[in-house]
Amino acid sequence: MLDTFVLLSANADAGFLASLNQRLNLGDIIVTVVFFTILMVLLKKFAWGPLMGIMDQRAQLIATEIEQAEKSRQESAKLLEEQRALLKEARDNAQSIVENAKKQGDTQREELITAARAEVSRMKEAATLEIATEKEKAVAAVREEFVSLSILAASKVLGKEISEDDNRALIEETIVKAGEGR
Amino acid sequence: MNHENPQFVLFGIGFNPSNILMLFVTCLVVFLIAVASTRRLQMKPTGMQNFMEWVMDFVKGIIKNNMDWKTGGRFHVLGITLIMFVFVANMLGLPFAIVWDDQLWWKSPTADPVITLTLASTVVALTHFYGVRQLGLGGYLKTYVQPIPFLAPLKIIEEFANTLTLGLRLYGNIFAGEILIGLLATLGAGSVFGLVGAVIPALAWLGFSVFIGAIQAFIFVMLTMVYMAHKVSTDH
Repeated sequence: MLDTFVLLSANADAGFLASLNQRLNLGDIIVTVVFFTILMVLLKKFAWGPLMGIMDQRAQLIATEIEQAEKSRQESAKLLEEQRALLKEARDNAQSIVENAKKQGDTQREELITAARAEVSRMKEAATLEIATEKEKAVAAVREEFVSLSILAASKVLGKEISEDDNRALIEETIVKAGEGR
Repeated sequence: MNHENPQFVLFGIGFNPSNILMLFVTCLVVFLIAVASTRRLQMKPTGMQNFMEWVMDFVKGIIKNNMDWKTGGRFHVLGITLIMFVFVANMLGLPFAIVWDDQLWWKSPTADPVITLTLASTVVALTHFYGVRQLGLGGYLKTYVQPIPFLAPLKIIEEFANTLTLGLRLYGNIFAGEILIGLLATLGAGSVFGLVGAVIPALAWLGFSVFIGAIQAFIFVMLTMVYMAHKVSTDH
């Protein structure tokens, strides 16, 4: 019973396959799938794999390059800012130095002028003092001369010898009085 | 135009050696193009590498239109291979067809419904596989009763309809193109007048066939990704 069934089914299988072959190219189906699969595997190994690898590599390279460019751009901007700050500082420094120098120069000039003025006035005072002294001396000398001349004249007029020592004091007093009266 | 297909039987399974030959040629051409263009990979791409990278980005764009790249990235290789394979297969039948003993040997492999339907079934089977893998068996089965349970029969029909349309669209376009090229070639070979009359339409149709071949390759890959997105993404 069982044997017959198996035999029958085997026969039916063979009959089915044979009848299928008349309608359908089973072999073509198998060949198509097998060929396509083999092609896909081979291409993945020899063509698409390496190509995808290099495309990924390039994408990575580009990404890192962009990152690096961004980084260096930021760095250069920072450097520029630094340089600008330094330049500004230097300019400020220079200005302050010039201002200082100007101020110092002004002060020095002021000092020099003051010193010169003081010197001039001091010299003027000295000159005035000397002139006054000289004048005094000259007046004293003139007065002396005048006294002796007056005595000489008086003694001549009086014809008599007057004691010079006695009268001298008197005459000088008179002259001083006359000078004050003048 | 009604040529026989060559046929042989091995291990009780029928084979069409013409299909096998053309599939092999297609695989060989795709492989050679791909390997030749990725032999000397450079950071700064030149020549063929540019083209291949454009194809990759193109397929990547198709996938990204349908799902997020985290889920879709694994289908990238499938998509590129599929688009190259279908495009080259579509192009192979355009320059000439070879008939030997009234048997058609050289043609586009995609002008055979068995091959296009096999590709379509493979793709749809893959969508189911990844659907189960991504959502779990429960989640996968739940997609059939969402959003409304009574639409479940339609959803099941949709799966078969998708497979059929995906395969037959490609087959129909390419087969029709080859038939018309064959007719125009027969007309051109018939007489001098036929040649004069056939040159301009034949050239126009060849150009159009190249265009159709490219468009069909694009559509095939795009629909693959659309179906895939339906199965693997949860936000629907």
